Amino acid sequence: MQTKLLTKRFDTPDSQSIRSYLADGGYAGLKKALTTMQPAEVIEEVKKSALRGRGGAGFPTGMKWGFVPVNSPKPKYVVCNADESEPGTCKDRELMQKDPHQLIEGLLIAAYALLSRQVFIYIRGEYWYLIDILERAIAEAREHGFVGERICGTDFTCEIVVHPGAGAYICGEETALLNSLEGYRGHPRIKPPFPAVAGLYGCPTVVNNVETFCAVPHIIVNGGDWYRALGTEKSGGTKIFSVSGHVNRPGNYEVRLGYPLKQLIEEEAGGVRGGRKLKAVIPGGSSVPIMTAEEVEQATLDYEGMMKAGSMLGSGGVIVMDDTTDIFMTTYNLIHFYNHESCGWCTPCREGTDWLLKLFKKIAHGDGTTADLETIKRLCPNIEGRSHCPLGDAAVWPITSAMKKFPEDFLKHVKPVAAPVAA
Amino acid sequence: MTKPLMFADVLTADLERRADAIIARYPQKRSAILPLFHLVQNACNYIPEDGMRFIAKKLGLNMNDVYETLTFYSMLFTEPIGTYHIQLCRTISCYLCGTSQLREHLEKRLGIKPGQKTPDGRFRLTEVECIGACAGAPAMQINFDFYEHLTPDKVDAILDTLP
Repeated sequence: MQTKLLTKRFDTPDSQSIRSYLADGGYAGLKKALTTMQPAEVIEEVKKSALRGRGGAGFPTGMKWGFVPVNSPKPKYVVCNADESEPGTCKDRELMQKDPHQLIEGLLIAAYALLSRQVFIYIRGEYWYLIDILERAIAEAREHGFVGERICGTDFTCEIVVHPGAGAYICGEETALLNSLEGYRGHPRIKPPFPAVAGLYGCPTVVNNVETFCAVPHIIVNGGDWYRALGTEKSGGTKIFSVSGHVNRPGNYEVRLGYPLKQLIEEEAGGVRGGRKLKAVIPGGSSVPIMTAEEVEQATLDYEGMMKAGSMLGSGGVIVMDDTTDIFMTTYNLIHFYNHESCGWCTPCREGTDWLLKLFKKIAHGDGTTADLETIKRLCPNIEGRSHCPLGDAAVWPITSAMKKFPEDFLKHVKPVAAPVAA
Repeated sequence: MTKPLMFADVLTADLERRADAIIARYPQKRSAILPLFHLVQNACNYIPEDGMRFIAKKLGLNMNDVYETLTFYSMLFTEPIGTYHIQLCRTISCYLCGTSQLREHLEKRLGIKPGQKTPDGRFRLTEVECIGACAGAPAMQINFDFYEHLTPDKVDAILDTLP
């Protein structure tokens, strides 16, 4: 069963408008934070909630906020990562389309907590239609005194700017996003320094995913403990999962963290389509290791549970594959993606994904041998952990996990040839 | 096919005001580069050289800076895109739900391959990576509009109704 918190207004008529948002108790969290809480108390409440970054990495949000040096004389920035582009993930789009004020309220509370006067929403250029929706919502919020000078009659002042990207998966990586927002190519930066200390324009900056910010008003209104209790001890709250691929009812479903993966696929998404058997699931966006049907059986949708089940929670993009799926071909599809999206900065990722793609292409054309599979296996550890940002790892994990868990799908594409003897 | 627009052809006082308003949103001018690229591209159907020069001047950059940044981003074009830019998603969820069949159908119907434009400049076909419509797979965008749960018949119906 779904537990609708962030998505509860999705079916409300006119859910985008501030009138409807206010009628449902909207902006109560912002008012509460501004009039009854100190910024540090807001951060404490978020820490208590066990909210973890919903963009994929799952870093504890309150801790991230806590890294911002409050005494720094530099301006502080809050940046919303709306560059949703992890294959299999389409939840932020629906959050922004159907309840933009929820996001705006979350951003304003974060800005208050972090002593920031400027928020940027970095939205992928493909989501152009959402820019209008967001800007209209920001204008409405301004008319109601929630954006701009002296918000809710307090000393808090904050502006929100919507910034369009222009087609680059890598800009979903927070430091690449910051470079892109500064007007440069979207190359990731080496960390440390982390954005909390030196982010946008070298100033303290917090970058969080859309869904993460959307959870904040609920935490402030109901309390961190209440939110945490919705999920598990270490993975607080609810999470939206985008279920796609071979299911009867693809869509976004919000459930408590700790919910059984199998139940999400069977009940919410209506099971594997055509009554076919489940073969595999990529559970957290394309960058996480693939799972076998057997691994899916016991897996629970929380950060620890998914690690235990041999994968990761990631961004919550659950890609379901039935027993007709050729895992070699789906892996080929993904290496094409990572090769295309590699920003070209680090050699292991740029050259490595090129070589991987060449080998997959060769095998797909029927010219591959078992020696090529060995070469792929040798290439992967030369990319993993050797690039500035996690794109290199993300390119490799789907391959290594697929080759290990579905070896027969790879072997059937190649001719047996003795592997070259290592010197 | 009509001659491609130059930025000078579309530059009005209003457009320049919009450019200035965009720049004013940012603490540092250079941040406005992507929104300005979109402004120029949406006006000209691509980013002509004089459009780049306009941006360089507005932001106090040289042409190298502008060109270097522009060429990183897959949505930005330095030649006319075409009236309708069909961006067919090819990534995993769409792949699982039959995007290959749609590609073959579009290739046949339009007589072009991905990366090409019809001779009259009406259609460009691009195979793009994940557009964030995974639950609506297979999906495509035509210019900025999303079309989801596609079949070859639906694609035909959509193309037939384009003005």
